[in-house]
Amino acid sequence: MDVSRGASHSEAAPSTGTTIVACTYKGGVVFGADGRVSIGNYIMNRASNKIAPLSEYIFLCRSGSAPDTQIISDNVRHYLHQASAESGEEPSVLMAANLVRLLNYNNKDHLVGAMLVVGWDKHAGGQVYGVPISGTLAKEKWAIDGSGSSYIWGYCDSEFKEDMTREEAENWVKEALALAMTRDASSGGTIRMYTLDGAGVHHTYIPGDQVPQFVGDLPFPTGNPGGAVLGSAAREGGMVIG
Amino acid sequence: MSGIGTGYDLSATTYSPDGKIFQTEYAQKAVDNSSTVLGLRCKDGVVLACEKLVLSKLLVEGSNRRIHNIDRHVGVAVAGLAPDGRMVANRAWDEAASYKRVYGEPIPGHVLCERVGSYVHMFNLYWSLRPYGSTMLMAVYDKNGPALYAVDPSGSSLRYFGTAVGKGRQAAKNEIEKLKLSEMTCREAVLEAVKILHKVHDEDGKKFELEVSWICDETNKQHQRVPAELLAEAERQAKAALEDSDMDD
Repeated sequence: MDVSRGASHSEAAPSTGTTIVACTYKGGVVFGADGRVSIGNYIMNRASNKIAPLSEYIFLCRSGSAPDTQIISDNVRHYLHQASAESGEEPSVLMAANLVRLLNYNNKDHLVGAMLVVGWDKHAGGQVYGVPISGTLAKEKWAIDGSGSSYIWGYCDSEFKEDMTREEAENWVKEALALAMTRDASSGGTIRMYTLDGAGVHHTYIPGDQVPQFVGDLPFPTGNPGGAVLGSAAREGGMVIG
Repeated sequence: MSGIGTGYDLSATTYSPDGKIFQTEYAQKAVDNSSTVLGLRCKDGVVLACEKLVLSKLLVEGSNRRIHNIDRHVGVAVAGLAPDGRMVANRAWDEAASYKRVYGEPIPGHVLCERVGSYVHMFNLYWSLRPYGSTMLMAVYDKNGPALYAVDPSGSSLRYFGTAVGKGRQAAKNEIEKLKLSEMTCREAVLEAVKILHKVHDEDGKKFELEVSWICDETNKQHQRVPAELLAEAERQAKAALEDSDMDD
């Protein structure tokens, strides 16, 4: 999945080696993503936004090639806008998912985009669609993708329950993302999470130092940069060798 | 007729001094002179019914189709020039199929009827084309519920509770106005539709047969021909009603 693993940053393309997670719950959907964009071992962006709005209540979680998924999201946003102008109604989640799927399928030789289309519409409520590379479309109760998803299938399988409450679903998404970000080198940084319940869009941003940690994780650095360890030597004017 | 639009009726791109496009009006005449077609929107679906004049004993019963399936959830009945109606129905089929391919779900009724309307309207814009001489009544049952639309030769598309086109349209519309369609099921409306067609049929005309279709909760929201027994029962009741009213005369 991660096309740039092992390559140095001068050779590799930017990749959203990523973790994206989405699930339905009783009343809507919750979904989220990590924030890391890497070129080889260089983290180009540690707080990126991998969740693109396609319409007011439909979102695209992106993993795979960053430019490919951005182009797909721009095109589908445009088509959806045209469709809702023609019909006079909000587009359905299935319409958005199908448009993403057709782009993946018809351009399978060129595109590397593994995405989740997640949203809410008035006829079918909250829905999650997996749209992996090559152009499958799968409606699911929950879905995960990206390089970090490999590490959390067990967690997701065993902890997911149907008809969770909003809080349970948000915890499930947050925990799954945090576990993947711990183990996958290409995922990490911040968590962005959305909840759609038909009444509106609720966005949660979790900065890096508030991402759940687990036994054995290195604690997030606190205090000033160049604080306790280096501070006294620097203050006294001595040379600091880090 | 030759005096009416003299000089201004030769081309669809010529207005008359009083703001009419005679070619479109003449196309409308083709529909007005054809056999009657009516549609009824009830509380649980839509019924379409066509009166078909049997022009020859050599024709197999059921030929000269006037009702077409466009998609599972859409059916149309055409009045006017049959081949023209067939072309418009084919376009509707094309639109529905391509919408399904692109958006992954069945085309909503109001989107389909707008697209067909735009298509038909285009034929009123160029002198090298003639307007379609047919009106299409469209019965649809989508996620917004059941609906009945009519697209006429000018390209205008309107939504109806009930309507009729063709020779007997005036008399048929009078009968339709007496019905309480929002309280009727499609099963009941089939009986009414057949009754109306028998009533408005030109008495010294030729033999005629009926083509009736419905789309409702009973058919699982799929457009189909009404079952033979229901049609037979409807014809029985219609003929009985005519005899009754004859006796009253």
